[in-house]
Amino acid sequence: MLANTSIPVFEQLFNELTKTLPGDVFAFLPELVLCGTVIALLLGRLLGTDRWIPGHWTALVGTLIAFGFSFNAALGGIELSSVEATAEISRSELFSGLLINDGMTIFFRLFLLLFLVLVIALTVLSGIPDNEDGPDFYTLLLGATIGMMLMVSANHLLILFLAVEMASVPSYVLVGFLKGRRASSEAALKYVVYGAGAAGVMLYGTSLVAGLLGTAEIDQIAGKLSELTLTGATLRTILLGVMMILVGLAFKLSLVPFHFWCPDAFEGAPAEVGGFLSVASKGAAFALLIRVAGQLAGPAAVPPEIPVPGLEGLAISLAIGLGLVGAASSTFGNLAAYSQTNIKRLLAYSTIAHAGYMLLGVSAMILARHAGDTDLARDCVSGVLFYLTVYLFMNLGAFAIVALVRNQIYSEEIADYKGLAKQAPLLCVAMAVCLFSLVGLPPLGGFVAKFFVLAPVWKAGDIHPAMWLLVGVALLNTVFSLFYYLRILVAMFIDDRPTGQPVAKPDSVDKLYVALVSIPILLLGASPLIGKLSQAAEDAARDLFL
Amino acid sequence: MDDFHILLPTLVIFAPTFGAIILALMPRDNVEGLRYTALTITVVTFVLTLMLLGGFDFDDPKMQHEVVAAWIPNWNINYQLGIDGISLPLVLLTSFICLLAMLASWSVTKQVKGYLILFLLLETGMLGVFMATDFFLFYVFWEVMLLPMYFLIGIWGGPRKEYAAIKFFLYTLFGSVLMLIALLMIYYNGGQHFDLVGLAEQAQDPEGGLLVDLTMQKWAFWLLFIGFAIKIPSVPFHTWLPDAHVEAPTPISMILAGVLLKMGGYGILRIAFPLCPEAVGHASTILVAIGVISIIYGAFAAMAQTDFKRLVAYSSISHMGYVVLGMGVVGVVGAAHGEGFIGSDYWAMGINGAMFQMLGHGVSSAGMFFMVGVVYDRVHHRNINEFGGLASRMPLYTGLAAGIFFAGLGLPGLCGFVGEVFVVLSAWQFSKLMAIIAASGVILTAGYILWTLQRVYLGAEYKGPHEEALTPIRPRELIVAGVLLAFAILLGIFPNTMFSIMDDSIQHLANGMAGKIGS
Repeated sequence: MLANTSIPVFEQLFNELTKTLPGDVFAFLPELVLCGTVIALLLGRLLGTDRWIPGHWTALVGTLIAFGFSFNAALGGIELSSVEATAEISRSELFSGLLINDGMTIFFRLFLLLFLVLVIALTVLSGIPDNEDGPDFYTLLLGATIGMMLMVSANHLLILFLAVEMASVPSYVLVGFLKGRRASSEAALKYVVYGAGAAGVMLYGTSLVAGLLGTAEIDQIAGKLSELTLTGATLRTILLGVMMILVGLAFKLSLVPFHFWCPDAFEGAPAEVGGFLSVASKGAAFALLIRVAGQLAGPAAVPPEIPVPGLEGLAISLAIGLGLVGAASSTFGNLAAYSQTNIKRLLAYSTIAHAGYMLLGVSAMILARHAGDTDLARDCVSGVLFYLTVYLFMNLGAFAIVALVRNQIYSEEIADYKGLAKQAPLLCVAMAVCLFSLVGLPPLGGFVAKFFVLAPVWKAGDIHPAMWLLVGVALLNTVFSLFYYLRILVAMFIDDRPTGQPVAKPDSVDKLYVALVSIPILLLGASPLIGKLSQAAEDAARDLFL
Repeated sequence: MDDFHILLPTLVIFAPTFGAIILALMPRDNVEGLRYTALTITVVTFVLTLMLLGGFDFDDPKMQHEVVAAWIPNWNINYQLGIDGISLPLVLLTSFICLLAMLASWSVTKQVKGYLILFLLLETGMLGVFMATDFFLFYVFWEVMLLPMYFLIGIWGGPRKEYAAIKFFLYTLFGSVLMLIALLMIYYNGGQHFDLVGLAEQAQDPEGGLLVDLTMQKWAFWLLFIGFAIKIPSVPFHTWLPDAHVEAPTPISMILAGVLLKMGGYGILRIAFPLCPEAVGHASTILVAIGVISIIYGAFAAMAQTDFKRLVAYSSISHMGYVVLGMGVVGVVGAAHGEGFIGSDYWAMGINGAMFQMLGHGVSSAGMFFMVGVVYDRVHHRNINEFGGLASRMPLYTGLAAGIFFAGLGLPGLCGFVGEVFVVLSAWQFSKLMAIIAASGVILTAGYILWTLQRVYLGAEYKGPHEEALTPIRPRELIVAGVLLAFAILLGIFPNTMFSIMDDSIQHLANGMAGKIGS
């Protein structure tokens, strides 16, 4: 009996595997290349070849190959869209629905791999890690990136949890990478404890949601939600589950009130790691959040005239709740940044504030999706994607300058930055570009990004007026944030350098790197490139809502 | 030739940027070389703006020299430039004042390279604001000018430079944020585009409208107005100005007073008025009141100052009050005659007066700041009570200064007079009381300026420190002061040179708004 039924099942499985597996593996190539690089790094350590081929070369080459594969996939996507391919064609599920390969996956893969290349280049310049620790460091860095790439393509609650953990565990080690430094170890420990707690909560949340809905595939949540009668205990349970999942993501995004680890971790970690975590980890978590949150508004196919009981309340309260968390994050992050004297700590609070701005875009997306306005929802998502791309350059630029300046003056205190502009003008001008972009002033990318995120949020005010208020709060925050970013620039440009301070003499390679990172900020603020990227972001968001 | 005319507006805006790039590549030790290069750039820019004037059709009220290129297509954002009778005089003023301010910049000796680069970037921002006809582009230029200005005050300013610079920055940024909200409202209500000309047509269309909901339109108008009023600055948004003007180095004070303040008035005429015509009708009484209060408050505050530069700064607030008053008359419907609508001609007269006041003030205030700077460079103090007797030591300087201060006072035959008369005349048609109060502001102005002249230039002997430094005026200073005085006289005697440029566009604007308010 058992044998009789199991044979067709196995046959079916076998057939499916042989039919789809090669294609799935091909689409999964970038991740596999990174895995291979990690193995090569570890083998190099074992066989001692890392003395001849330094770890950063292995890592850089591996990442570039992976980038090449992703780029190829992205080009394929563009070709498809140019022949009026419908969204269904470019969107495909991998490994029987565990992963998803769509415009957003492609966009974020490129985003993460480009960023990884830049971070590896930075670590080579700044000399953290040294040759001895190199392979370990890059193993962790690449491992975390693989986790993040899984996060951006996750289509299953199980993968969601696994990917988040895979991204997190190497991050914990990276934060504590400077061995023998008390602050570093403390930061890592704090990060681990918070991270473990958040992961547990999230796991419980996924089990509640999966149990109640009878599916763990993320893209089916919306459909299943509309089949439920959302009242009483069911509503409470689903709300609890969703909130617990969101807690896990909020921890990765360092949103208030789950941000406490962030300033300590950033202060204790090397600036290079801080830059990596602030951009890559946030980007991946936003991708995941967009995928999950997009489902929670219910199916867009359901017109508003057939109300699903409870679903409306769920969607609106989620949207407003996320919006409030976003407003609170940006307000709190900006307020707390005032009193900081350590520049990495200040930047940590600034990343909290920026996550808050972007979260407003996600909250407006839920509203728009709920109201059936798919175009607006796409605008919201593409705004967030644009913001993340600009954020990549401006935040990496700021952290890179902190790292390079640290190598010169051996300090990360703002007070020690006084009068630096006379000794390292290019670095300081680049810092000004990064920081003004973080404030959101034209003609820099930060402004355009903020505009692209906040404009759809404002439009969503037609659906629920609270969005207008949230835009107002975000804009006021922009004004307030000027104060503390300017403090760094005042120290650099206006104050005189006290005598007896170490002299900063950056290499020309350092200058080149800094210029390379900050020029895109200008281009994304005042050139036709804005239109190109904005279009790419829209293409990426297109597959998300069918 | 045609290609060149299409390129010309772009060339005007980006010639200073190009110059800044050249300067960035030059060695920083060659100070004189840097200065002369920068001066050449401002001269070239000025000549280019004159070519704009040359190709300008005085009888066409619409946009000319139009340039439209898609910038961010999926948001309908264009790189769109154009010039009409309202913007052309201000473009000319900008390049003119920048040229003179550059000549005055020889007094800056610290980090000259950085100073000149920021100066030129500032010029790009200002020219861009006056020529952009895409709201988004306008906003970008509006903010672009903030960054150089912050550093110019913050690095090269006086003792309280940091405080003054951040105060200026915060005020303006706050205003910009309000403008941004209005921009979003207009974008989503006007069919998702930023074309200011198209939006104005939509708004003034008697059949339709841009912000159809009046409450929403009022919100948009006040957000825009506050954003621009901070720049003008009108009481009660003026407190950044005395600090910024006093702390800024002399050439930057000239630009601040001569050009930057005009951007507020221009913004109202280009965006707030045409896009929210109905709201203007409801707001005009308040606008008139704000203008009159600014006039009187600024004059009294100026009278109380002992710091020479602060006095000039408060006099700017007072003079810019006439600009708000002249514009505020727009939308007041026949109040004085009690017989309904009496025509947009008086509105046009008010706007004409306001525009002329901006130009006149651009010349006279830049001159006044320069004159203060000349004496400050010598004796390094600005306490009015510690001067005296300059007339005998620097006779030529005193003569020029007296001329320029009289222009600021509004003496007939000089540039300050025409604008004030037009504004007060048009205000008289609507509220005699307001006109009388505004006119009495002229008396107060005469009071503090004559009193200042008496304390600084007249008297038997100089009472302050560094008496030995009071050397006669240098040739470069003479050129700047002489040119400014010459233009003050020229504008005063031949006001029609400017009116002939502005009149048609202003009439067009007033008629367009009348279609919405008058009925």
